[in-house]
Formats: sequence, C-alpha cells, structure tokens
Amino acid sequence: MKAFMLHFALEFRAALRNRNLLLMNYLLPLGFYLLIGGMMVQINPFFGDQMIPAMVILTVLSGVIMGLPTNLVEAREAGILRSFRVNGLQSGTLIAIPALANALHVCLTALVITVSAPLIFKVPAPVDWPMYLLVFLLTLFANSGLATLIGVITRSGQMAILWQQLLFIPSMILSGLMVPLTLMPDWGQKLSLMLPATYAMAAFQGSAYEGETLWYAPYGMLLLFVGGVLGFVLASRLFSWDNQNDVQRHRVVLALVAMIPYLLGALLLV
Amino acid sequence: MADPAIEVHGLSKRYGDHAALDQVDFSVRRGEIFGLLGPNGAGKTTTLECLEGLRLPDAGRLRVMGIDPTRERHKLRQVMGVQLQTGSLPAYFTIREMIRLFSAYHEVNPDWAVTERLGLGNLLNTQYQALSTGQKRRLSLALATLHQPAVLLLDEPTAGLDVGARIALHELMRELRAQGTTILLSTHDMAEAETMADRVAILLQGRIVAVGTPRELTATGAGLTKVTVRTINNSLRAFTHPQIRQSQQQDEYAVFYTTEPGPVVTAIMHHIQTEADELVDLRVERPSLEERFLELTRTAASDV
Repeated sequence: MKAFMLHFALEFRAALRNRNLLLMNYLLPLGFYLLIGGMMVQINPFFGDQMIPAMVILTVLSGVIMGLPTNLVEAREAGILRSFRVNGLQSGTLIAIPALANALHVCLTALVITVSAPLIFKVPAPVDWPMYLLVFLLTLFANSGLATLIGVITRSGQMAILWQQLLFIPSMILSGLMVPLTLMPDWGQKLSLMLPATYAMAAFQGSAYEGETLWYAPYGMLLLFVGGVLGFVLASRLFSWDNQNDVQRHRVVLALVAMIPYLLGALLLV
Repeated sequence: MADPAIEVHGLSKRYGDHAALDQVDFSVRRGEIFGLLGPNGAGKTTTLECLEGLRLPDAGRLRVMGIDPTRERHKLRQVMGVQLQTGSLPAYFTIREMIRLFSAYHEVNPDWAVTERLGLGNLLNTQYQALSTGQKRRLSLALATLHQPAVLLLDEPTAGLDVGARIALHELMRELRAQGTTILLSTHDMAEAETMADRVAILLQGRIVAVGTPRELTATGAGLTKVTVRTINNSLRAFTHPQIRQSQQQDEYAVFYTTEPGPVVTAIMHHIQTEADELVDLRVERPSLEERFLELTRTAASDV
C-alpha cells in the first residue's frame, strides 16, 4: 500500500511536468470555461443554468478522454510497462494509478469551476450538493473506465487519438453541453444517448439542479456506473504489457461491450 | 554441489511459423557470469524474456533459484533483477523518484550508494527524459540491483555506452559476482563475453551450438594462432615449417598461422639465431572467441 500511495503521488506530480497533460487537465478546460463559458452566458442567458455542469463535463472529457489513453499507449509503446512488470508491479496497479492521478487533476479543475462560476458569471450553483458530487464522481468514473479501455486496446498513439476524437467531438456537440437536448431532432437525441456525457448532463440537471429531463435522471446515473465498471473490468481483462506479445484477437469487439449500457439507454430511455 | 541458479531444459518458443527457440538447454551455476551469445535474431532476448516471466514458453522447463518463472512471478521478483534491452521508464520521473518508487515496490530501503557507484549521484533530480543513453542504462542497472537479487539478467547492458561507462559497468558486474550474484549476460559483443563471462553459450537460429568457458570454446575450434615476427634483416621471408599452415608478409612483418604455436616459435627463434639476424618484435595471438563464433555461424549457415 505504501508503494501504491508513493506511486500515485509521483504520478500526480509527474503530470504537472507533462505539457500535454497540463494542457488537457488545466489549460484547455479552464481557458474554455473563461472564454467560451463567459461568452455563451452573454449570447444565451439559458446557458447560465447549465454552465457549471457543462464546464465540469468538458473538464472530464478533456482531462480523462483526451489525456489518459495517450499516456497509457505511450507507456506501453516505450516499454515502460515492461520495466514495471519485471520489477513486480501488477497490471491492476498500472491501470489504477494513471486513472486515479488523472482523476485528482480533474477534480481540482472541476472544483475551481464549481466554486468560481457563481461568483464570476453569476450562474446558479447546484441545488443538491451531495447529488452534484455523486453525479460528478459517476461521470468521472464512467469516462475513466472508457478512457482506460481505449488506452489498453489501442496499439498506437495515432489510433488512440482517433478513438479519443470519436468520443470527444460528438460529446461536445451532441450531449447537451452547448445545445439543450430538447432542441435536437429525434435522431440527434438517439445518437447522443450513445455518449456517457449525455447521461451525465441529464443527471446534473435532473438530480443536482432538480430540473426537468427527458428521462428519469437516476437511470442515467445507473448506466454511468455500469459503464464505468464494464470499462475497468474489460481494461483489466484486455490489458497487455507490450505490443509484441501474443495479442488477444477481437480486442476491439470485446471492448465495445463497454458501450452496451449506453446502447440500452438509447433504445429504452427516449 | 548447490543447485544451478538458472536451469533451462527443452525450451521452445514459436512465433507463428518461425521457431524462435528450439529445444534450448543450458544451466548457470551460482555465482558465475554466464554469457549468452548470438547474432541479432538468434533468440537471446526471447530466452531472457521467458526466464523473466514476460513470455510464456511453448515447451520446456525453466527454473530460477528453484522458482518457476511462468507460475511464481511474485517469488521470482524477489530473487531476480532485470535490465531490459528495450525497457524504458516514465519520462517525467526523476532518478531520485524512481529509486524511491522501485525500492518501495521491492520493500527495501533506497540504496543511494549504487547511484553513486554508477555515476548517477549528481543526477538524482534529473528527469528520465533528460538522461543520455548511457545514463538510462546505468539507471536501469541501478534499479535492477536495488533489492540485491541473487540472479541478475542483463540484456545487452553495454550497448550504446561510452568506454568509461562500459568499464564502470564491467567493474560493477565483477563486484556483484564477488558478492555471490549470478549474472546471465546476453550480448553480441564477443570481447565483452570473453573478458567478463566465466562460461558462455552460443545461440544460433534458436539452438545452442556450443557451451563452455571462452577458452574451451576457442580451443575446440579450427582456429589458428597468429605468430607475427619482425627482425632486422628480415630473414624470415622464406621461412617454412611443417606445422605452419599459412604464411604471409605484411610490411616488415612475417606472419604465420599455426595450430601449434610452441614448436613454431621455437623454430623461428632457432632460425633467427642461425641466420645471425636480430629479433625486433614477436607477437602470438591465440584464436579469439569472435573467430570461433564466426566459424560456428558459418557452419550453421552451411547446414541450412
């Protein structure tokens, strides 16, 4: 446990020296929050009601989806995982440490946004703080599971970027962060339900802000939890120490099992 | 006699249709430096990776200090230190952080003395990404020896090192051997194997083709001893002897190749005396491990 805690602390500190992770965990979400967030409040007064959840979800997407997989893939490609393995580290440790260290960075940025937004932009704070915290942690958990899975199954940095973009860009456009789901066509709503960010946004609105949503918000929270569990379980099952070893076939197909909760959501909720 | 530190029996490993290792057998005695020699692609790294528990063999029995690397990985880590050929470490961790981290995982106190000995003492706060190739290799060795393992596996440890770093690393290996550490050294540097290893095995195309001390291996070959002589009057220009296989003139030197250097040198000295000539320089060079290695490589190639 002592080694695990030390490793976690070192990983957290090392991320502060990594320009890419600094950008994804702090500069991009905070810059976006200050520039675009402020602008959106001026353009669309209704955006204020959802500004904190939207910016917090953006922070999770940026820090976790854009930051975590590349880090894992690079560690495998460079032979870092092999070095750890011959020194006795378990695969579970190497999955958990980056995810936890990354989560702590995201928590710090989210905390800054949550505390400062009502003061700077005069936007409403969450009504139900415990639910706000719970939804945030579920959002972080679900996305971390998915990001870790992407980091585990992709064989190259370029491939990881492709998967990251496949989640990040649609999440920004379709999940209700910038445009409310109710304004989207039916097909757009269905498509958006394949994204964890959509359930997170609805859960924030329904549970933490006690607003109206298109479905019962706790269902979405349950799907986020199941999605996160599946992500981490599959990541640990499909984990490989290097690209040279006998790679399990159909890894991508197996990894897609992690999307089943969201597929069910798309079929059953709207 | 104590059990061998490393035992490899019938080790085989295939990658698709390619047999990387085919019935490999060797054992390493406790406290010796054992060189595993072979050209690129011979199967050295695969052998080491099977012993390290990084790769599952298709067949064969492996033991490291009595431990099965395929089943008892946790126990294996306690007795084995590994320096990987292709391993790397987190770019943004400093040397100090990595020594602390790996010590914590091995449940030992950080050994700062080893960093001093390997010339890393003044680089403790330097991040891994800023280290040179030689410094990275030295750090890798430092990390492999932190928990004072009984067996150390080194995969091309001196590749990319400058002369100074190479000598320092060889000294450290000798020190470790003196302390009882068994070292399995994989290399394609024949000179290194000849000077460092107590015994060597030559691996060609996934098979062990020779095992023994460097001296034994060179003695079993058809290698010829080279006798180079220079005299004032160059009286050896037309010198012949039944045991000289080949002779040639190189600048002012007469060069003879023989399997029996003793009688040939005696005859040369007698000839110089008879001819009232005077000896300027005489060198006797025994066949090297490299020559024996090349001979075996040629034989293996012609067998295919």
